Amino acid sequence: MAIRTFRRLEGLFCVYKPPGVHWKLVRDSVETSLLKGVNTTPSRPLPREIRFLPLQGNETGTAKEITVSAASVPVLSKHPLVTGPEFQNIKVGVGHHLDAFSSGVLVLGVGNGNKALNNLHQTRDYTLEGEFGTATDDFSHKGRVVETTTYDHITQEKLDKVLAMLQGANQKALLMYSRVDMRSQEAYEMAVQGLLGPEGKSLPILTDIRCIHFQPPSFTLEVQCLNETQKYLRKIVHEIGLELRSTAVCKGVRRTRDGCFTLQDALTRNHWTATDIMGAIQQYHATKKNKKKSSHSKNMDSRLQLEGFKITTNEENATNQGEAVHTIK
Amino acid sequence: MASSFAQSLRCRSHLCSKTVTFTIQYFTQFRHCTTRRGPVALNAASFINDNNTPYQPRERGKQQKCYYSTVKHVESEVKESKYSKDLSGMDFVSVKSPLSQIRDVMPVTENQISLNLDVTPELSALEEISDDEAITISVPSAIPPASTSLKEYVDQSETLSKLVQLGVNLWKLEQRPNVGSMLLRLDFETDVVPRLLFLKDIGVEDSRFGYIITHNPFILTESLENLQSRVKYLKSKKFSSETVASMVSRAPYLLNFSVKRLDNRLGFYQQELSLSVSNTRNIVARLPRLLCGSLEPVKENLKVCEIEFGLKKNEIQHIIIAVPKVLTANKKKLTQIFNFLHNTMNIPHRLIVKFPQVLNSKYLRIRERHLFLQYLGKAQYDPAQSNYISLDRLVSLPDETFCTEVALATLDDFYLFQKTL
Repeated sequence: MAIRTFRRLEGLFCVYKPPGVHWKLVRDSVETSLLKGVNTTPSRPLPREIRFLPLQGNETGTAKEITVSAASVPVLSKHPLVTGPEFQNIKVGVGHHLDAFSSGVLVLGVGNGNKALNNLHQTRDYTLEGEFGTATDDFSHKGRVVETTTYDHITQEKLDKVLAMLQGANQKALLMYSRVDMRSQEAYEMAVQGLLGPEGKSLPILTDIRCIHFQPPSFTLEVQCLNETQKYLRKIVHEIGLELRSTAVCKGVRRTRDGCFTLQDALTRNHWTATDIMGAIQQYHATKKNKKKSSHSKNMDSRLQLEGFKITTNEENATNQGEAVHTIK
Repeated sequence: MASSFAQSLRCRSHLCSKTVTFTIQYFTQFRHCTTRRGPVALNAASFINDNNTPYQPRERGKQQKCYYSTVKHVESEVKESKYSKDLSGMDFVSVKSPLSQIRDVMPVTENQISLNLDVTPELSALEEISDDEAITISVPSAIPPASTSLKEYVDQSETLSKLVQLGVNLWKLEQRPNVGSMLLRLDFETDVVPRLLFLKDIGVEDSRFGYIITHNPFILTESLENLQSRVKYLKSKKFSSETVASMVSRAPYLLNFSVKRLDNRLGFYQQELSLSVSNTRNIVARLPRLLCGSLEPVKENLKVCEIEFGLKKNEIQHIIIAVPKVLTANKKKLTQIFNFLHNTMNIPHRLIVKFPQVLNSKYLRIRERHLFLQYLGKAQYDPAQSNYISLDRLVSLPDETFCTEVALATLDDFYLFQKTL
């Protein structure tokens, strides 16, 4: 039944966006294939109505015997060839955008799931492929070359040092943007739970960056970030090159994780059909339910722990204060 | 006079607003009255009179009906243009403007009263009539005079219902400007049937009629002599009748073009590509829309092949005879595919010319499959060496066969690999 399939398509799912394709094309092709899947079967047969169709009795003779007979005819004004397909558009929304050069996990929402798209405030994982030796105007290997340099002096240690420095700077920015007084208990608790972070829009922040492959001239970085754009990430690669007194260009940006959506759940191009998408959405709902259950039980445990902790810290504070008082005296 | 005139106008407007819903039923009554009982001296006077003197109970019933039908009369005059079809048979007593009617009639009220008494009573809805009379009462259907959709006319129009039964997609057609009104004005017996019979004579199958009319509704307005002369022309160019039938089925606009234009096109393909007559016939028969579209994109594609790709004349000829679609392909996409094939996959020109269907496939498909083979170390396209993979197998096999036979890997591996690109 068309309406029922339509109802099952409400939620979030992720697709793997191939490189070189604009995200709008991805969204449009997903919408077209969903509409195709939903419009295939007509939901109900054509309604019929009774009409009186005239039948000519004898055509000769002055006294015309006009007889009418009742016939059940289908109402053609409700035929799909006249009214058009039952569903003419489906609301498919896109989560965090991916520009045409990058590839990777792209979260899409259907129907009511679109509301949840605004609440995806979690970190994202990227894999950046870089290459030493050239610098271009748009930081990617397809841009116009601006400079070429040597890179023989670069070693893994130097790269790691630069990455550590970057991470430190970003950590500072993270603490600054979280708008919590660093000396408070609240800040410590939030840091313990990993909730320290900027609320809403802010400058892009890399929470984690490390090198997973180093073979000059090419290298691969794994980055975990918040509020970023892909151009910013390519710029990071360029800046790393500059820090190492050389130049670097970004050959590929690949998003491997967006919040709780990983590469494993992402649908490839041949799976962008209504049935596969329905399966992915159901999977998402199931994981959400499980998470809620587990987080609920976790919350109970952690709350007990925190309370216990608070008691001990209060005691400590009391003793500290006592000591302080002593010293002042 | 002025005050009563104003009063009557006010009354009229008040009444007009109420009577829209009753229009249709009482319309028939009124029509019925006039045809059967002769011209009735129906003026606006009677109704104005009634309004000004409501305390005349004797004539009230009659007057009520009069008023409704006169208001109809007044309204119908105002909307004369829209209901012109229905009103054409009507024989109204006074075809003056309503205002002048009211004005003339004012001083003659007393005469009208006496005339009214002589008028035979109108038909009441509860009166019993014989079966013959019942059958002759025709109810005009509530078709809107103007609408944005054809679905309001489909049930009443014979042409439209027959077209829907043939499989024509009216919803798509009504979105094109003016096509909807054109279809409504057609008559099934005189316009549609001869052309469908003509198409059947040429050899087009009945199941294709819906497709042809959906894509080219103007075939129903093209004159039969023109259609016949164009078919004659094609046959004179040695296209067999089955070929002509298949060409018309696949390119619905074909027969709307003049003989001169068809001739021009055929001549162009023959000269530009230096093809023999039989080869031209071959490619046109396989891709009939070559004769329908504009020649500019074709010329641009040919220039691109010659200059950007550096293909020689005989190579271009070979490609087009094998895959005529290259002539109408998108220039950018064609360049992208050729660029990838030649520069990234390092395939020489002669191999591309040998397998021209590569130029017809999707860029993403070629790219993913090539990178997969490269990852597996099997990307070898040179026929001289071992483990050679031909380009047509790379491109035309479905995913599963490609994985198992060419790449010797599982389909899941291919999907996993796609996620690493």
